[in-house]
Amino acid sequence: MSKSNFSRRGVLKTGAIAGAGLALPQYLRADAHAGFTNAPGDSEVVLGFNVPQTGPYADEGLDELRAYELAVEHLNGGGDGGMMSTFSSKALDGTGILGREVKYVTGDTQTKSDAARASARSMIEKDGAIMITGGSSSGVAVAVQALCQEAGVIFMAGLTHSNDTTGKDKRANGFRHFFNSYMSGAALAPVLAANYGTDRKAYHLTADYNWGYTTEEAVRSSTEALGWETVNAVKTPLTQTDFSSYIAPVLNSGADVLVLNHYGGNMVNSLTNAVQFGLREAQANGKNFEIIVPLYSRLMAKGAGANVKGIFGSTNWHWSLQDEGSKAFVQSFGTKYGFPPSQAAHTTYVQTLLYADAVTRAGSFNPCAVVEALEDFEFDGLGNGKTLYRGADHQCFKDVLVVKGKENPENEFDLLEIVEVTPVEQVTYDPDHPQFQGGELGTCNPGA
Amino acid sequence: MLGLEKKDFRLMLIVVVLTLLAPFILNPFPEGSELAQFNAGYPDLMQRFVIFGILAIGFNILFGLTGYLSFGHAAFLGVGSYAAVWMFKLLSMNIVPAILLSVVIAGLFSLVIGFVSLRRSGIYFSILTLAFAQMSYALAYSVLTPLTGGETGLQPKASDVRLFDGALEAGENATPSLFGLAMRDTYEMSVGSWVFTFNFGYYVAAVMMILAFYISIRIFRSPFGMMLRAIKSNQTRMSYTGLNSKPYTLAAFVISGMYAGLAGGLLVAMDPQAGAERMFWTASGEIVLMTILGGAGTLIGPVLGAGFIKYFENIVSKINKATLEQWFYWMPDGIEDVMIAIVYPFVGKGWHLTLGLLFMLVVIFLPGGLVQGGQKIAAIFRRKKSSDAKDGATTPAE
Amino acid sequence: MDQIILQILNGLDKGSAYALIALGLTLIFGTLGVVNFAHGALFMMGSFVAVTVSKLLTLSHKVVDETRTDFLGNPLQVDVPYIYDWFGEAAGNVMIDWAVPISILFAIPIMIGIGFAMERGLIKHFYKRPHADQILVTFGLAIVLQEVIKYFYGANPIPTPAPEAFTGSFDFGVAFGFDPNAIIYPYWRLVYFFFSVVVIGAVFAFLQFTTFGMVVRAGMADRETVGLLGIDIDKRFTIMFGIAAAVAGLAGVMYTPILSPNYHMGMDFLVLSFVVVVVGGMGSLPGAVLAGFLLGVLESFASMPWVIDIAPGINQIIIYLVAIIILLTRPRGLMGRKGVMED
Repeated sequence: MSKSNFSRRGVLKTGAIAGAGLALPQYLRADAHAGFTNAPGDSEVVLGFNVPQTGPYADEGLDELRAYELAVEHLNGGGDGGMMSTFSSKALDGTGILGREVKYVTGDTQTKSDAARASARSMIEKDGAIMITGGSSSGVAVAVQALCQEAGVIFMAGLTHSNDTTGKDKRANGFRHFFNSYMSGAALAPVLAANYGTDRKAYHLTADYNWGYTTEEAVRSSTEALGWETVNAVKTPLTQTDFSSYIAPVLNSGADVLVLNHYGGNMVNSLTNAVQFGLREAQANGKNFEIIVPLYSRLMAKGAGANVKGIFGSTNWHWSLQDEGSKAFVQSFGTKYGFPPSQAAHTTYVQTLLYADAVTRAGSFNPCAVVEALEDFEFDGLGNGKTLYRGADHQCFKDVLVVKGKENPENEFDLLEIVEVTPVEQVTYDPDHPQFQGGELGTCNPGA
Repeated sequence: MLGLEKKDFRLMLIVVVLTLLAPFILNPFPEGSELAQFNAGYPDLMQRFVIFGILAIGFNILFGLTGYLSFGHAAFLGVGSYAAVWMFKLLSMNIVPAILLSVVIAGLFSLVIGFVSLRRSGIYFSILTLAFAQMSYALAYSVLTPLTGGETGLQPKASDVRLFDGALEAGENATPSLFGLAMRDTYEMSVGSWVFTFNFGYYVAAVMMILAFYISIRIFRSPFGMMLRAIKSNQTRMSYTGLNSKPYTLAAFVISGMYAGLAGGLLVAMDPQAGAERMFWTASGEIVLMTILGGAGTLIGPVLGAGFIKYFENIVSKINKATLEQWFYWMPDGIEDVMIAIVYPFVGKGWHLTLGLLFMLVVIFLPGGLVQGGQKIAAIFRRKKSSDAKDGATTPAE
Repeated sequence: MDQIILQILNGLDKGSAYALIALGLTLIFGTLGVVNFAHGALFMMGSFVAVTVSKLLTLSHKVVDETRTDFLGNPLQVDVPYIYDWFGEAAGNVMIDWAVPISILFAIPIMIGIGFAMERGLIKHFYKRPHADQILVTFGLAIVLQEVIKYFYGANPIPTPAPEAFTGSFDFGVAFGFDPNAIIYPYWRLVYFFFSVVVIGAVFAFLQFTTFGMVVRAGMADRETVGLLGIDIDKRFTIMFGIAAAVAGLAGVMYTPILSPNYHMGMDFLVLSFVVVVVGGMGSLPGAVLAGFLLGVLESFASMPWVIDIAPGINQIIIYLVAIIILLTRPRGLMGRKGVMED
């Protein structure tokens, strides 16, 4: 019992060879054989898909799971191959990862960091997962990322938008493809200035937790840089369902723009409330009153119904993009499930391909080799144009979409229209930008 | 022996044997077989079994003996967790100071809350404890973010102070340990196609649970325990005899708060991360469910209840469609699809549904909880064997 | 001043939802002595009656429109509601628009039915059992109900708007001599407030002025004596359970335009409504209503920006803080009776 180890599959394999047919106990230690946590055997490799299946984000979690299943199918050579054919790296050939068939296990994060960690630990300890991915909130992403760092497996974050995931809570074993609060602010501000002018007074309602704080800060600083003034910023409890008492004072506060730093159910409710209180039709300071939702999700926009029409926001990806990668992905996802994928599904699908590709290029499942292969990796053809996985903080840098609720949707999925594709240069920041300070990437941990 | 009656000693012995041999008992299925899905013998879940066992044992001292239903017990667990993580950050990754402080802080916290809440009884007491816990949760999630980490939770970082520990080597992670032995040290033994996992952290937690269980037996059988039972059966009569019951209930409240703190400290010792959700009212509700489901007022019941719920949360929720397809692949195609369609709503994302149904079934048919179920089964067997089954049920129901 | 009036309006509105749920809870507790943790689920079921009705009204068959394409490039299948075929497009649209008010007609019998089924099938067997068992079994039921809803409707909120006529808001300010825009309040929320006042009034009138109500009130006060008088109190209590379920359901139906329903909205309201009931005093109907409005108004005040500036986080905890203060100063809540639920 000298060194920590999480492996069991490696043990099993060696144990089975050495002790075949023997009834006597075999005492073995994994680290002598594996070199890193959960080294896969010769025939298959296990990935862990840890998504919310219960709780408020269950629908997004299930969409992520669909994307994972699709990715596994494509990696193992099934289906039409999806984005594998448009991906700029051609290392993947449909024979699994490094010749091993891809298997997966699933778990329920319940959108609670404790439950998410328990589920991830069971995947690592019990099922021998070599990589954990998924999640639909930043709290869970940060918690599971830290766990994977300790356990020595790779974490490919799902939908997480808080700056902290690749800011003050970044970890060497963790990677994020999704964009973040800073990028939302940087992409939105110029579009807002162009549409609503530079002389605006904003009122922020902010969900009272980490993601809310970083988003408010990001949107505030980028809009203020363009001349906007922030009249007030009020924090709302996460568990709030009726926002009327927060919305009611807005119209009389001297503000002419309301920024809703809310996500999920909060966003649906606060936006619905704001529209009910007549903010859309109102006039303030001689201008039309406007509402902004920094982070859009199509699944949630659906919950808000007609209220999203004409409201600006940003998103990581949208199915109506017309590049080859997006078209291929929408085609194969739509054919399999009958509806277009959400941005959560897109980012998780891409993360799975990126991981598989990195392993293949590195020629090893060793987390440190994977980290090396992913760091400063440039790729294209996965739906967001040319993208860089920056080595300094393991954040992807790519174009950001500024979208707006569509006025005349053609079908039930056609809720958002793309207003502008903000080029990557405009949303790039220094790794030690003030909004991202206080963290340390550390070095990769291969575990056992 | 050990100051226990024979019957209690036997129960104690059973518990000790079961916890120590848990790695074998919980892994009955060979690795790689379809049933391996149901194995629970991996470190994380084994640790959770015993830690939530401690929590439920402590809760039972309050609820099972005095009848006071606290609906805010998760707050003490949370406070204990935060205290322990701060010890990791400030002093040392050694779990001893962390666990000591978590027990002390949870004790103090429960002293304050208990002192106020115990001015009322019945459901008014329950709502007071619930209100305190919800306030703790709400504040920990938002305003107290600098202290608690808010949504993302509190974790030790490589850059923390850690007065007593040397600096970490590059690439080394801060891992909780007991005098150099890491909690996650694991030793695996394979016998044929079975793999049994022995985890150091589990055994630390298991020893704590055995101790906690022992103390709980002693409390149940002590004059103090008698006094608490008297409070449950008739508080008015107690006060007529000139006894002030409040010090006793307060003592019980603080003891059970300290148990919760110990559980909280152990949780972060096994997995160094404390999140605010563990103080949410549903977490408090879960403790109540564990205790009643297992059998409130019995010694072993709460531990069984805790194991039952944690097993569900961790095993059933992980069964997905692909797993089901594996199980039923041998069936003819049509029947396979039907079977999957029937089972699928109850597993994976539907595990809450199964849990809810099981709660209802247990409460409807086994009012005394799982312990009563065990007794019923035991009674059936005993009736078959012989008729003199009067002395001693399998478990000392109160 | 205008801000304070606005927050009082908000509080009354929020309070109406609390009061309606708490009223039902207290009815069940007061008559049957059962602590019903599934009451939040009944509220949720009510709003899903509205969702279902609006889904049924828009139940459609597919017509292929060759001129347009869907997201995969195949010919678009346009949904045409059956209701258009039966009543013509104009009348159909009006019915779809008025889905929420129409749902009330369906919700009352459905919710009473669910209430009867719950009481006869499950709760009846728990009258003699400890409160802890009642809590556990109804909690289990609540989980089952919400999981069933989730299975059929998914986890995301489902928008169910109010009729066109009630969208938009009313400018109180102008009516009372303030500046325009100073006090604006959505029509539907006003409707909700008046609706709940009517429902609460109806329940009280029913209990106060009918023989049935008198018997029930007598039963609440002393069940055994009423039983000894030869009155079949059980049957009446079953009916009361149905009424309580209907009150919760109606609260849910009318709430759908304010809050897009999702499967866990019941749990969100459950704890708060318990706090309301206890603050009002267990078993007291006026107490439940009073506490509902009181906590609603206080919660609204606590969320005003300058209040939060003075005491950060107060908006998160105000309800619990008030509950603690009230319970410590008034041992049995605002209007509770001695000896109820104190052991």
